[in-house]
Amino acid sequence: MNASGTYRLSFLLLLIALLLALVMNISLGSVTIPFGDTLKSIFGGTLENRTWAYIIWNYRIPKALTAVLVGSGLALSGLLMQTLFRNPLAGPFVLGISSGASLGAALLIMGGSLVAGIWTLDLVNDMTLALASSIGSFLVLMAVMIVASKVKDTMALLIIGLMFGSITAAIVSVLSYFTNAEKLRQYIFWSFGSIGNLSWTQLLMLMGILFLGSALGILSIKALNALLLGENYAKSLGVDLKKAKYIIIIATGLLAGGITAFAGPIAFVGLAVPHLARQIFNTTDHSILLPAVLVYGAILMLLCDTVAQMPNSANVLPINAITSILGAPVVIWLLVRKRKMIF
Amino acid sequence: MSGQNHDQTILLARDLAIGYPDHMVAKTINFDLHQGEFMAIVGINGIGKSTLLRTLGNVQSKISGTIEINEKSLEKLPPKELALEISMVLTEPVASKNLTVFELVALGRQPYTNWLGSLTKEDREKINHALVILELLPLKNQKCFELSDGQLQRVMIARAFAQDTSLILLDEPTTHLDLYHKVKILKLLKSISRQTLKTIVFTSHEIELAIQLCDSMLLLDGVENPFGPPCTLIEQKAFDQLFPSDTVSFDANTGSFRIEK
Repeated sequence: MNASGTYRLSFLLLLIALLLALVMNISLGSVTIPFGDTLKSIFGGTLENRTWAYIIWNYRIPKALTAVLVGSGLALSGLLMQTLFRNPLAGPFVLGISSGASLGAALLIMGGSLVAGIWTLDLVNDMTLALASSIGSFLVLMAVMIVASKVKDTMALLIIGLMFGSITAAIVSVLSYFTNAEKLRQYIFWSFGSIGNLSWTQLLMLMGILFLGSALGILSIKALNALLLGENYAKSLGVDLKKAKYIIIIATGLLAGGITAFAGPIAFVGLAVPHLARQIFNTTDHSILLPAVLVYGAILMLLCDTVAQMPNSANVLPINAITSILGAPVVIWLLVRKRKMIF
Repeated sequence: MSGQNHDQTILLARDLAIGYPDHMVAKTINFDLHQGEFMAIVGINGIGKSTLLRTLGNVQSKISGTIEINEKSLEKLPPKELALEISMVLTEPVASKNLTVFELVALGRQPYTNWLGSLTKEDREKINHALVILELLPLKNQKCFELSDGQLQRVMIARAFAQDTSLILLDEPTTHLDLYHKVKILKLLKSISRQTLKTIVFTSHEIELAIQLCDSMLLLDGVENPFGPPCTLIEQKAFDQLFPSDTVSFDANTGSFRIEK
């Protein structure tokens, strides 16, 4: 088929773009390392400048890999959500999964000051933070799944997700009101999102999450395509609706929950990337879209991170701000160009 | 009268009651459909035509009674096997109109494709056949949001046809269409049932058209639910009670309704 040839070419170009973005991301930062030296170091060569090699291997490569994993995972969970809810505005945030993670983090960081005395020692570190936010997101996910088994209407489920989000936001504001400035600052910094300080162990865990989420996504390709017609049609095409919905929700929860746990809430990647992929590949077929959003998400996140690092300056901008500043106009542009959001 | 001598019963309903757990919509529905038969379900608004059709397609559960498809109990069939027996065209809009005509019709092959949904040569042939029969070949690569209501309805029928089942259920396939397109769709459906021996059941408000085209009709009134060939139903004066008689009355000679002035 002619079409599959076009797809192959597009994917080839995309992968080249991904590699370029990756090398650019690694070479740019507070210290600019020339492209050639970056490539040399990645492919196992020894650099004369020892500091550069140290920066590349201990700081830049873990960060770039995190960007790839976070971008791919969020984009995939966005795609899954949009098809499951047949709503172009759905994303990992809409189900309340990210809110759950925020609640977990907020309780850990700020809840302590409410019960001062018991909480004399500081429990807050990267690992407990990741744990608290994972527990938060999974609790919300479980609540959503219980509701999903009772409510058949996907719109209702979407609204329930938003309500969970509101409840979380309310609890977080109450906590922020009573907590001290230091703790509030710590929480706000977490909510900026950060992909720069993951250890190799945490990276491996993130990889496992992305692998599992993608595997569940790939298993659902056929059901996802049938869901484009609506639930009743999908059922009449032989899709085991209940099972398919559970698998898709679990995959989303794993991806969005796990990523938010390690990298903080990162906005817009999940919402914007699936729309970009649909536009560029001009298809709704999930066997094309699924790999496409993985690569696009990675590229977008690498670019956002490169901007956030502010090359040649010691400052680092919050990654969440950059994804929103770049992501929101993309969504608006898509809307204006097509006059409506088709998914 | 129906002229069907294919005696294999495709769809059978016995003492069927439909509706929701707390609200029965219609009961004592009985009929038998044979291979290649073209049947209409008619009745006043809100009597449960769509509910019946959705129940026959197992989209919603019945309250009591029996439904058999190809001599197998409907609700005992696992989803995958059911998809090989019954295809449906529903009134609900397609969720994503960003699909091309070909992609949408190709989804009809899902019960036959592998876990990734890859199309084989046979699948492509069936899809093309469906596109040819429904006169959609020139529109093959158009996106569904570019189509008119009539074209989109043909695409949905093509998808059901590509699913290659012995029974096709259609919920109000002629709403939103003008008279020409209504007749066109119904004649197309009839010729499909004749040529391919598929059994086709549709709900409709087009009673006069159905009388002229269908092999059999089910007049849903919620209690008696007369079923039979249109001529027999006319002889039994079954159409006379379909609507309140002070508003419209049935003229048995012309097979049409008159407005009571």
